Amino acid sequence: MSFELSDDLLAIRELTGGFAAERIAPHARKWDAEKWLPDEVIREMGKVGILGVSLPEAYGGAGQGLLGMTVVVEEIARWCGATALMIAAHSGLCSAHIRIAGNDSQKNHWLPKLATGKVIGAWCLSEPECGSDAEALTTRAEKSAGGWLLNGRKFWITNGKRADVFVVTARTKPQRGARTISAFIVEKGTPGLIVGEPEDKMGMRASDTVPVTLENCEIPEENLCGGLHEGYVDALRVLDRGRVTIGSLSVGLARGCLEESVKYAAERKSFGAALHAHQAIAMKLADMDTQIEAARLLVRQAACTHDAGRPDKQLSSMAKLFASEMASRVGWEAIQIHGGAGYTKDVCVERLLRDNKLCEIGEGSSEVQRILISRAEVMRLGA
Amino acid sequence: MKDNAAEVSEMIPFGYELDEDHLLLRDSIREFARNVVAPGAIERDIKGEFPADIVKQLGEMGYQGICVPEEYGGAGMDALASAIVVEELSRADASVGVINSVQNSLVIDPILRFGSEAQKKEWLPPMASGQWLDAFSLSEAGSGSDAGAMKCRAEKVGDEWVVNGTKLWVTNGAEADFYLLFVRTEEGDRKNASALGVMRDTPGLTVGKHEDKLGIRGSSTVELIFENCRVPASHLVGERGNGLKIALTAIDGGRLGIAAQALGIARAALEKSVTYSIERKQFGKSLCEFQAIQWKIADMATRIAASRALVYKGCWLKSRGEPSPHIPAMAKVFAAETASFCANQAIQIFGGMGYCREGEVERYLRDAKITEIYEGTSEMQRLTIAKSLIDNPGRIGRA
Repeated sequence: MSFELSDDLLAIRELTGGFAAERIAPHARKWDAEKWLPDEVIREMGKVGILGVSLPEAYGGAGQGLLGMTVVVEEIARWCGATALMIAAHSGLCSAHIRIAGNDSQKNHWLPKLATGKVIGAWCLSEPECGSDAEALTTRAEKSAGGWLLNGRKFWITNGKRADVFVVTARTKPQRGARTISAFIVEKGTPGLIVGEPEDKMGMRASDTVPVTLENCEIPEENLCGGLHEGYVDALRVLDRGRVTIGSLSVGLARGCLEESVKYAAERKSFGAALHAHQAIAMKLADMDTQIEAARLLVRQAACTHDAGRPDKQLSSMAKLFASEMASRVGWEAIQIHGGAGYTKDVCVERLLRDNKLCEIGEGSSEVQRILISRAEVMRLGA
Repeated sequence: MKDNAAEVSEMIPFGYELDEDHLLLRDSIREFARNVVAPGAIERDIKGEFPADIVKQLGEMGYQGICVPEEYGGAGMDALASAIVVEELSRADASVGVINSVQNSLVIDPILRFGSEAQKKEWLPPMASGQWLDAFSLSEAGSGSDAGAMKCRAEKVGDEWVVNGTKLWVTNGAEADFYLLFVRTEEGDRKNASALGVMRDTPGLTVGKHEDKLGIRGSSTVELIFENCRVPASHLVGERGNGLKIALTAIDGGRLGIAAQALGIARAALEKSVTYSIERKQFGKSLCEFQAIQWKIADMATRIAASRALVYKGCWLKSRGEPSPHIPAMAKVFAAETASFCANQAIQIFGGMGYCREGEVERYLRDAKITEIYEGTSEMQRLTIAKSLIDNPGRIGRA
């Protein structure tokens, strides 16, 4: 039993926190309004090692596993959910899928570039008609003379507008079932890969979310990523990990809300005393603090089960469910503590709250997590 | 490094995974709880009956002094071991859990920290062997959270302290052999109290009213009356005037015990609910197949996992000697509220059966309520957390 981060991770946290405070915090409001993250910031995150934190050193990463990812994502999300989501999709989904399922040549080709941000990755699972029920996807891949011919529509693709490489899941058997889907690597510029216009979203506005259409999009045979018909199984493994990353994103957003609230409650006076001298406010701060601590412990422990080779899927779901719902509660309380100021964009808490709503939806909604958690509990005690 | 993670198997580097020693301890106390503690729990609750035989066995097995160092006859284990014992006992019967927790956290721990060598040599061996049952006596009718307002007083007369006054809500008070008593020895509202070790057979000490309680009915809660009760001067624990500090330090440590008790109650509620939801059929399906019930199970299990992380982190910090004002407070407030939440959900899942005593889950809710009150109310815990946050806002990002 231990509740300590390694010296390496503490150094990475320090570096990432410093980067976020300097390069992200001052601009996050503007990026939210403009609905775009500057390419330059992403390149810099690649250069300082943030994008490759969890990839093995052999591929230019820091070798810090999923735990490293949660530490980095929390630091970034504290200031800007959209930037953290960019990392979660690029590193936590696209790079992770190639790392988990790809062959050596795919890994050697893509991972060093993804680790350093030389190329940006996206991951395409959801479709207009299937979100939580991803196994029902209808995009199909058929053998062609040159390799594979992809046809279908993918939806809500994070990083899609800026991505250089897409991991796309498509049906390789007509019937439903876990082993009827495969994953493919599709490069930007491939004829038939059509990237649509970004969605206008409630939060995570600086992160681009686009529809991606595949129209007779032909890719080479060797772009199959992982075993034939194994794409859905691999995608679920990626999602099990991605859930933990989203949990850490919520922890970061909630932390931002609490840090802003503590600061404001010390500065702002009412009835002759600092806000935090009123028990009504002190009780809120204590609850926010407690829930953040609990969520962070669940997230880090869940991450470590993956890194130790014994992934605890139930704990991963718990981490995401608890953290994402916690951060929404914390966000509302932060606005309440800030009063009128919290309702404006001069204070970042309303943005952090808007950003967090996505965490209750993406990579397995709260509803799906509850079903998974309950099922695991029934299996454990029913046996 | 972590590239072939799936092939590597090692201890989880961060979090609450138990090592082999603690797993063995957990399994053995779990078995004892299942076989010995659980069977009479409903009846003891109805009758308000103290589990004398169980406490005797706990003593013989070394659980009543689990953290006492071996040189004083104890098992020499750590805070986590103590929490595991309280959790497993409380899962079967929360009354047994608190009887154990009071002895270890509220009496033995402060004696280890503040007692003289002579006191340790004399008192700890019979406590560790379970020959003595301990009680902790701080509260009074007019002083609960505000302990400094106590009225019960002791005056130094020759080689003795002469104690006069009345104490309330003393857990284990009816059966205890030894009381760690807090009395006013000086004027003022700070540094006004001292701690005394008082033997049960001291003339002038009588046990008064027995409380008729909502829950933890298997443990006694009594009034203690002191009338010219003469305690040897050598029984002063720690320095004169330092009593409040000793009491608060004990309660700080005790919070982890109560949090573990809450964790045990919450787990009992969840596990009973899951088992019942598999067996019970409505509309041709098991209850656990309905999303309305799955929701409750998921929320209970998630909050329990979060509680456990906080409790174990508190124990980990304590074992490392790292003082943390806020983690034990977080563990207690979160676990206590989780226990009440889970017990209430369990009653709902059990329906009519849950509202009846033989269904057992209604006891969990009654037992859970006390964990939000004693050894520092949830309100006091929140104030502690808020104060530590306001004093040190930078800690949020350095956890």
